[in-house]
Formats: sequence, structure tokens, C-alpha cells
Amino acid sequence: MDDTGTVVAFWILTVVTLGAALMVIIVRNLLHAVLSLILSFIGVAGLYITLSADFVAVTQVLIYAGAISVLILFALMLTPRAARDNAETFLQGPALILAGLTAATIAGVAAATDWSEASRGPFTQTAQAIGEALLNRYVLPFEIASVLLLAAMVGAIVLVRED
Amino acid sequence: MVFLAKWWDLRDLGNPVGQFLEFLGDHGPDWLPYVVSALIGCVAIVLFLVPSQMVIVWAERRLIGRIQARRGPNRTGPWGIFQTIADTLKLLAKEAITSRHVDRWVFWLAPVFIFVPGITVFAVLPFGPGMVLADLNAGVLFLAAVGSINAIIVFMAGWSSNNKYALLGAMREVSMLISYEIPQVLTLLGVVVFTNTMSLSGVVQWQDHYNTWLIFLQPLALVIYLISAGVEINRSPTDIAEAESEIVAGYHTEYSGIKFGFFYAGEYFAGFAIAAVVASLYFGGWTLWGLEEWVPGWLIFLGKLYLLFWLFIWLRGTLPRLRVDQLMGFTWKFLLPLTLVNIFVGGLEVLLWQENDLSAGVVLPVFAVVNLVLAVGLAVGWARFLGHARPDMRPRRALLMKEVGAIVYGQEF
Repeated sequence: MDDTGTVVAFWILTVVTLGAALMVIIVRNLLHAVLSLILSFIGVAGLYITLSADFVAVTQVLIYAGAISVLILFALMLTPRAARDNAETFLQGPALILAGLTAATIAGVAAATDWSEASRGPFTQTAQAIGEALLNRYVLPFEIASVLLLAAMVGAIVLVRED
Repeated sequence: MVFLAKWWDLRDLGNPVGQFLEFLGDHGPDWLPYVVSALIGCVAIVLFLVPSQMVIVWAERRLIGRIQARRGPNRTGPWGIFQTIADTLKLLAKEAITSRHVDRWVFWLAPVFIFVPGITVFAVLPFGPGMVLADLNAGVLFLAAVGSINAIIVFMAGWSSNNKYALLGAMREVSMLISYEIPQVLTLLGVVVFTNTMSLSGVVQWQDHYNTWLIFLQPLALVIYLISAGVEINRSPTDIAEAESEIVAGYHTEYSGIKFGFFYAGEYFAGFAIAAVVASLYFGGWTLWGLEEWVPGWLIFLGKLYLLFWLFIWLRGTLPRLRVDQLMGFTWKFLLPLTLVNIFVGGLEVLLWQENDLSAGVVLPVFAVVNLVLAVGLAVGWARFLGHARPDMRPRRALLMKEVGAIVYGQEF
């Protein structure tokens, strides 16, 4: 984070990400909120690139901007009263509390982390490192996540099946 | 290839640019070379795309005219070569109508953003040994990621138009894209399994080093990738998102004038991008078995790109449009199992090769023959198993999506 280009890119991306995230909660039109969310996802991917985590950045675009947001779009289309606006709901209070707790957790972790590790220098083979970590050290969480996804998939098929 | 690496070595346009950037780095601030190289790369990509599109549109119309036994454009200039220019001027001069109750911002942004995926892909594609704007380590995954953005932009256009046909087209495009993305990414994974790198320059160099093309090692994957990519870029026979016979013009029904022109051009850019990806991943990119020492590598690459695009034109001219339910069933029931088998076989072969330290000259031809036989056998066998190979087993009427998508036991169409 010492050369000018990275700093400029960081600030531009931060403004884009946070601005888009702010738009998600303040715009009235629900579709505009989803589009802002996508922009926010892409901004986060850009932030990953400034951290030279290119694999994570590309995965962020592929999974969040490409797949998750499409699912949100489907949810938007398939719910009745989809055209209703992004107005007050009775979940506003709980959502605020949840968001506050999440922010507090992240802030706590950020304060507790030893940030001197960031000066280690960039990885060159990020994909390889992630793959090796997933299949050696963290193979159990990885497999548990796979089983969870499989269960969700089977559940979805059972739900929509017609005998 | 011997690199003279002087500015006049135009076999690789990266040489003069590199020298220029070095000069700038010596005589200017640190950030200048980065900014200038990014600018040069972007301008070069657009300078390549726009004229190609102008020429290829004309060539496509002539070729399709020939395929369909008519003349095609033949009045504007000799053989009609100025037809595209005339059409572009017409589109520019036409009134861009914005109908009532459209979502104005999104309606205007969609035709601009439609260029983003098609152009961005070229940033990671190597036109020559040094001619790549950003040689990402995760280049192959980048292709899939950028392709998936397309769905959002098409949805923006379809939703904001305030038109039922546009919305139908957009929903079709989105559902097709997320379905066909799966076989597409899995076929790309087959390439990565062999080359052991996700950088596109790395893939090209791997093919150069082993003196082979990945089409021989991954024939099934190439066919599946071409089909999925054809769906993604929305060209006939899989252009159901804008099927004229069913839903007027799909997601760009409400767009007129140059805004429609943007969608039209964006489609071609995406088509070039797919052709370029196939040329790099499966056909050796800028290498041609030694010819790249004499002919500029970027000319070889462009030649391959246009030949592959000609394949898309050929498909468009000769095949009828597929139905929605056929396309959707095809990817989930036919392509997805085949890609899974393809990756498994590819991984097994690489494992055999690496673990036993076999020589590439012996192993690769064997793999090529095995994979070709396996590809034909799998495609034919799986089609027979599903009943697609027998015409009398095809459904007599159009099936609803839920009839095709859900597993219906004890009922064979």
C-alpha cells in the first residue's frame, strides 16, 4: 500500500463499494437496490485485486456478481408484489440490530488482528495456495460445506418434485 | 522463437510498446508507464474490435445469403462492402425512442454496459508472446466470471423496458445463462487440469511446449464449450432470448436507433471474445507449429479467431432455432454429466502421466486417441440412453418447463 496507484485505486474502490452499499438501503426501487448491490460486489472484487488476491477477486465476481445476484433477481421476480418498493418493514429493527452486531464483530476482529503480516509481499500463485489449503489442512470444513450444499440441492429437488 | 526484442520486431507488437514504456519509465514519473500501457491496451483492443465487427457483419450477411441461396447485401459499393457503414449511419440518424414508464436510468445504462463483458475478455487474451494487457493468474476463471455478468445486463435491459416480451426474453436469457455456465466452467476446468495453469499465456505456452493443441486432448470439452458459449452470446440457433418468431425481439424489443445498434455490436464483440477464447485454449493461440517465427503471432491468432467465428456463422445459417425446454433439458441432462465424466477422465490421465513420469511424446497421442473415442462413445451412448437418438421418442408437443425440469418417474417422453 505504499505506491500511489494502489492508494488511489483503494480510495476509488472504497467510495464505489460503500456508496453502492448505501444506495442498497436508501433507494426506493427494489431493482435499483439489487443493481447497487451488484456494483458493491464488484467494488469488493476490485479491493481484493489491490490486495493482489486475484483468484479471490475473480471468484467474487463469478459467485456474487454472477450467481448470487441472479438468484436475488429470481427471488425478486418470483415473489408476489415484486414491484413493491424498498420501504419500511417490520424487520427494520431486528435488521438494524443484526447489522450492528456484525459490524461490531468485524471491528473486533480487525482490532485484534496483527496487521504486520500484510508486509509479507504478494503471493504469486494464489489459486494454488488456496487449493492446497482447502484439500490439505482444511479438508474437513471443505467436505462439510460440500455435504451441506448437496443436502440443500437434494432438498430443493424434493420440494419441487411432483409424483 | 528468437526474440530480437527491438522496437522494429513487429512480429510481437509488445516489443515497440515495451521499449516506449521503458523510455517513459526512464524519463518520467513512476506511475506514467502503468497509465500509458493501460491506455495503449484499451485503445488497441477497441481499434481491433470495431473494424472487425464492421467487416464481419458484412461477411456474415453475405455468407448467410449464400447459405440460404440469396444474394445478401450487394448494392452499397462493390459486393455491398459499404453496407455496414450505411447501416451504422442509419442507426445513428434514427430516433432513439424511450417509451413511457420505462425505468429511465437502467434503460439507458444497459446498452452501454452490454459492451463490458465482450471487451473485458480481451484484456486477458494473449495476441502474441508479449501482447496481453493483463496476464492474470486466474485468467481462465476470469473468462467465466466476465461471461456471467452478461446475464445482469440483459436483465437490466429486459426489466427496465416495461414490456412483457422484453421481460420474457430477459428471464429466458438469465435462466439459460446460469444453466449453461455450469458446463462451460467445467469444460474450462478440463483445460486447466491438463495445463496446470489458469493463465491464458500459460495455456498457450503449454500447447507450444508439448507441440500439440488441446482440441486433441479435450475434443468433447471443445464441443460442449462451443455449444454453451453459443447460448451465452445469444446467437441463432440458441438465440431464444430474442427469438423473433416467439417474443418479438426479446430483451431489446423497446430499443431503437443506436441503442439497438449497441446491443447488436455487443453481441458481435462477445462472439469475437468466445472465438478468441477457443482459439487460445484449444487451438494454440498465436502459435502455429513454428510458423510464428516468420509470420507475426497476432496475425495467426486473428486468422484462427475469424475462422472460428465463421463456424458460428455457419451454425447460424444452417440450424433451426431450438425451443426453450429443449435447450434447458439439454444442458442439465446431456451436457452436465458428460462434462463431469470429461473432467474425471482428464484428471485420471494427468495423474497417470505425472505419477509414472511417462514421456509426453508417448502419452499425449495415446490420450488423444482415447479421449476422441471416449467423446464419440459418450455422446452417442448418452444420447441413446436418454432417447434423443431416436426421433420417434421426442415429445410431440411443447412441454412446460416444470414438466421437463422436474424428474417425472415412470413416464418416458
